[in-house]
Amino acid sequence: MLTMTGIGKSFLGVRVLRDVDLSVAAGEVHAVVGENGAGKSTLMKILAGVHAPDEGRIEIDGGPVSFGHPLDAQRGGVAIIYQEFNLLPERSVAENVFLGREPVRRGLVDRSAMEKATAELLDGLGVHSFRPRDLVRRLSVAQQQVVEIVKALSQNARIVVMDEPTAALAEHEVELLYRLVRRLQERGIAILYISHRLREVFDLADRVTVLKDGARVTTVPTAEVDTDELVRLMVGRELRDYYPPRAEPGSAGEALLSLRKAGNDRLRDIDLDLRAGEIVGIAGLQGSGRTELAKAIFGAEPFTHGEMTPLRPRSVRAAVRAGIGLVTEDRKAEGLALRQSVRDNALLVTRATGRGGGRSVKDLLAAVRISPPRPDQEVRYLSGGNQQKVVLAKWMTVAPKVLLFDEPTRGVDVGAKAAIHELMRGLAADGMAIMMISSELPELIGMSDRVVVLRDGAIAGELPAGPTEEAVMRLAAGEVAA
Amino acid sequence: MKRALPIFTVLLVLLIAIAASNPYFLEPPGFLAFLKRAAPLAILAAGQYFVIVAGEFDLSVGSLVTVEVVVAARLIDGDDSATWPVLALLIVIGLLVGLANGVITTALAVPSFITTLGMMLILSGAVFLWTGGAPRGALSEGFRAFGREELGPIPWSVLILLVVGAVAILLMRADFGRTLIAAGDNRRAASLSGVRVHRATIFAFAISGLSAAIAGILLGGFAGVSAQIGQGLEFQAITAVVLGGVVLGGGRGSVVAAMAGALTLEALFTLLNLHGISGALEFTVQGVIIIAAVAVGAVRLPFRPGASISPPMLKTKETP
Amino acid sequence: MKARPQAVQLRGGRVIAHLRDPAQAIYLALFAVLIIGWVLVTIDGGQFVTTENIVGIQQRSAALGIVAVGQTLAILAGSLDLSVAYLISLTSLVAAEAMTGGGMVPAIAVVLAVSALVGMVNGLVITKLKVHAFIATLGVALIIKGVVEHRYDGPAGDVTDSFQRLGYDRIGPVPVSALLWAGVAVAVWFLLRRTRLGYRIYAVGGDEEVARLSGVRTDRVVISAHVLCSICAGIAGLLLAARLGAGSPTVGTDGGYDLESIAAVVLGGTALAGGRGGVAGTVGGVLLLAVLDSIFNQLEVNSFFKDVVRGVVIVVAVAVYARRARERRTTA
Repeated sequence: MLTMTGIGKSFLGVRVLRDVDLSVAAGEVHAVVGENGAGKSTLMKILAGVHAPDEGRIEIDGGPVSFGHPLDAQRGGVAIIYQEFNLLPERSVAENVFLGREPVRRGLVDRSAMEKATAELLDGLGVHSFRPRDLVRRLSVAQQQVVEIVKALSQNARIVVMDEPTAALAEHEVELLYRLVRRLQERGIAILYISHRLREVFDLADRVTVLKDGARVTTVPTAEVDTDELVRLMVGRELRDYYPPRAEPGSAGEALLSLRKAGNDRLRDIDLDLRAGEIVGIAGLQGSGRTELAKAIFGAEPFTHGEMTPLRPRSVRAAVRAGIGLVTEDRKAEGLALRQSVRDNALLVTRATGRGGGRSVKDLLAAVRISPPRPDQEVRYLSGGNQQKVVLAKWMTVAPKVLLFDEPTRGVDVGAKAAIHELMRGLAADGMAIMMISSELPELIGMSDRVVVLRDGAIAGELPAGPTEEAVMRLAAGEVAA
Repeated sequence: MKRALPIFTVLLVLLIAIAASNPYFLEPPGFLAFLKRAAPLAILAAGQYFVIVAGEFDLSVGSLVTVEVVVAARLIDGDDSATWPVLALLIVIGLLVGLANGVITTALAVPSFITTLGMMLILSGAVFLWTGGAPRGALSEGFRAFGREELGPIPWSVLILLVVGAVAILLMRADFGRTLIAAGDNRRAASLSGVRVHRATIFAFAISGLSAAIAGILLGGFAGVSAQIGQGLEFQAITAVVLGGVVLGGGRGSVVAAMAGALTLEALFTLLNLHGISGALEFTVQGVIIIAAVAVGAVRLPFRPGASISPPMLKTKETP
Repeated sequence: MKARPQAVQLRGGRVIAHLRDPAQAIYLALFAVLIIGWVLVTIDGGQFVTTENIVGIQQRSAALGIVAVGQTLAILAGSLDLSVAYLISLTSLVAAEAMTGGGMVPAIAVVLAVSALVGMVNGLVITKLKVHAFIATLGVALIIKGVVEHRYDGPAGDVTDSFQRLGYDRIGPVPVSALLWAGVAVAVWFLLRRTRLGYRIYAVGGDEEVARLSGVRTDRVVISAHVLCSICAGIAGLLLAARLGAGSPTVGTDGGYDLESIAAVVLGGTALAGGRGGVAGTVGGVLLLAVLDSIFNQLEVNSFFKDVVRGVVIVVAVAVYARRARERRTTA
C-alpha cells in the first residue's frame, strides 16, 4: 500500500537519512526500531508532510504522492499519532475527533451524528470506558490515545503511524493498545509502529525494519529473528565513537548525595549514592521515571518521602544552594532564555541565587569551549552543541557539587558531543559527582562508571562499568534472559 | 540595542520635523519645555516596561495617578508644611498598590490584565468615596514646583526624568533586571535556574506603582488637580512601551527604547498640533501609527509570539 | 436495593461537577447575592422585589449584556476587543444621523455594516499584520475616537419615535431592550453550540496549533469572531441611541463598555486566554453586576463604593476560578 524508496534528508549539511526504503501492506503491522538518532522520527515526519525529503519517492497504492503540508498527508490517508497528542482538553471526545470536519445538516453541526459516529468507532474498537461526550481533559493518557486513533479512523486513514505509543502508558494500559492495533489490522489498515520496546515488536509486528545512523540495516519478518539478534542489529556498530577514559575503578570519593527509600508519586524506594569523581549513568525506557528522578533530586518535583542527604530540597533554589545543578532534557523549553544573550544565560544561575560568580564570562566560555565565543549573541542563533555548552557554563558559575545531566547530547552534533563528554569527565575528575540520564546506550555505556537501570519508577538493577547493551536493555524492559 | 534603533530614528525624524516648522524648538528652553511635558509619560513608560518585560500588564497606573493627585490635594490642602510628609505618603501608596497587584497576580494566579483592571476600579472608586465625589483641597506651591518649576535653567521634571531613566537602566543591568527579563522570556527555564519568578514579578509591579506615584506628583504640579488627570494614561504608557519595540508577552526590549517610545508619542502630539490637526483627529493618526509600527516590527522579527509557528509556551496570556 | 445508593452517589457527584463549572457557579453566586440583597433591603425598610426594580435591573444590564456577549466571542477565540466602547459611540451617532434623513431600516443596516467593517479591520490587523490583539484593537479604538470627536462635540441626530420605543417600552415586566439582549445571547449561544464557526472559535482559542493541524483556517475564525463582536457592539449602539433619542459621542466610553464587558465575560468564567467558557456564564456575570448595582441603589450607597466592590468581586472571582483550574489539573 505504502512504499517509500531511496529517502534521503539532510539538516544543515548533516545527513540524517540516506537511501531508506520502507513499505507497508494493507493489514500489516510494520515495526521500525533503532536507537535515538537513528532517523526514525525524521522518516515519520517526512511521511507526515512536516519535512520534505531531499531525495526519494513516496507512493501510495502505486501512485506517487508528495506532501508539502500535514494536511496533504491527512488527505492522502496518512494519520500520525504523535507522542504529544494534538487534542483540545476543554472539548468533548466527539468534538475533537471531528475538529475541522464537523458534520452539518441544514447548516448546523449535527451533534448527534457526530456523537453517533464517534460512538460507533469506539464500539468498533471495543472501547467502552468513556463516551463521546466526555471532555478530553478528564480522560487518562491511554484514553486520549484512543481518541487520537479514533480521529485517525474518522479521517478514513489507511496508513496509521504510531510514534512510541506505549511511552506514556502504564503497564495495564498497554493491553488495550494491543487490542486496538489488532483491530486496525483486521480492517486492512497499514500500521507503522515505532518503538524501543522489543517485546511489543515481537507481540505485534509482522515485519521489522532496523534503522541505524540514518540508514536501513535490514527488514525481516519478526518470525525470523529473536530478541538477541534484533538488539545486535540495532546496536551493532563499528566502535568509532570515542569516549574519554573512565575513572580508575575504586577511585570514587565520598558520597556527595545519598538517597534512601526516597519516593514521590512517580518514584518509589530509590536508594542511590552519587560519589565525588564518579559518573553514574541512569538507564530506562521512556516513562520509567528517569527525568522524574533528576527533577526530584533537583527539588523541582520534590521527593515526598524517604531520605536524601545532605538535605531533601523542597525547591529548586534550595537544591542550587545545596550545590545541585540540573542540565535539563529540553534545552529550549527548560534550559535557556532563547532571546537573551549568551552572557545573560551563562550568568543566570549566579545572578538568581547570589552564589558563585567572580569568573569572567570570557573565561567561562573558554572553559566550556564555545567557539567562537560571542557573549552578546542571542542564544537562539547558536547551534545545539553551543547552546548546550551555554547551559553547562550556567551551572559552572556556581560550582555545584552534584550535577545532573538529562540527555546531555540530544540534538548535538558529533564534534560538540565529544567536547561535552570530555567536559563531563573533566568535571568528575575535579571532584564533582555526576548523574547522567541518556537514551543513547553507547553514550551511557561509554561514559558511565556504573549504570543504574530504572523501570516503572523504581530501580530495576545496577550494572558495573562497561555493561553490554543487551544487559541494560533486558533490565530496562524487564525481560528474563531468553 | 539593534532592535531599539528604529524608534530612535523615528524620534529623530519627528524632532527634525517639529524643528522645521518651529525653530524655537531647537533652542534649549523650547526643547526643555518639550521634555518637561513628556516627563510624566516617559516615567510611566519606564515603570510599565518592567511589568511588560516580565510578561504582564499594568492597567491600574492611570487611576493610580489620579489617586496620587487627589490624595495630595486633600491632605495638603494648600498647607506648604505638609508637602514633604505627603510626598512620602504618595510614594508609599504607589509601592503598596504595585505590591498588591504583584501578589494577587502571582500568588492567586489571576491574569494581570484582570488584577490591574480590578485595581483600576477599586482605586478610582475608593479615592472619590473618600473625597465625596470630586477632588477637594489644593496642592501647595512647594508640591507644584516639581511639575512646573526649574532648577536654574533645567525643569525639575526633566531632572527627575533623568534620574528615573538612570535608575531604570541600572536596574536592568543589575542581577534583578537580567533575571526579570529572562523570566519574561522563559519562565520555566528561569525558575529551573533558581530565579524567584514570583518575587521578581512582584518587584516589577512595585516599580510600576512607584513610577505612577512619581508621574502623579509631576502631573499634579504641571496640570493641577482634576478628577480626569490620569484617564487613559495606562493605555498611553503601554502604547509608548510597545512603540519602543518592547514585545507584549515579555522577554524582549530595552527600557531606554520604552522611554524613547514615550518621547516619540509626545513628539507626535506636538507635531500634529503644530500642523493644526485638531485634538481629536490626533487620536486617529496615533491609532494608525501604533498599528503600523507594531505591524512593521512583527513582520520583520521572525520569532514573534502569536505568529503562526510559535509554540504554545510563548502564549502571551496566562491560562487561569 | 443495591442500585439506590449508587444513584444517589452519582447525583452527588454530578452536583459537585456542576459547582466546578464556572457558569453554574456564577448563577449560584447570583442567587446568593439576590437573597442577601433582598434581606438587606428589607432590613433597610425597602422593598426589593418590585416591578420597578426588576425592570431596572434588566434595563441597566441590556446594553452591557449585548456588548459582553459579543466580547465573549472575541475572548473565546483567544483575542479581545478594546474598541467596542468607541464603536458604540460611533454607531449611536450613525444610527441617529441616518434616521434623521432616512427611515429606520436603512439606518439599522448602515449601523450593522459599519460595525462589521470595524470588526473586519480588527480581525485583519490581528491575523494578517500579526499585531497583538491588545494593541490592534486599542489602535482601532483610537482611530474611531478621533473620527467621532473630530466631527461631534455633543449629542447629534434624531431618532424616530417608533425606534425610541426599543429603549423604554416593555411587555409586562419585560423591557423590549431585555428581549433584544436575550435574542442576541440566544443567537450567539446557538452559534457556539451548533455551528461549525462556533466549534472552531473554541478550537482556535483553545490551541491554535492543534486547530491548524486539524485543517481549521484559523485566520478566518478570528476575523469572524471579531466581526460578530463588533456587530454586537453596533446593536448596543442602536439600543443606546434609542434610549437617548439621539447619538452621543461619549455614550460608549461613559459606560466603560470596553473594560467592563471584558470584566463581565471573565466574571462569567470564560478564560481570558480563550477556549473555555461561554455565553451562559457571561449573561450571569452581567446580571450579577446589575443586581449588585441595584442593591446598592436601593440602599443608597455611594456610587463610588460600587466601583470598589465591583473591582473586588472581579478579582476574587477570577482568583477562585484560577484556584479551581489548578486543583483540577492536579487531580486529573
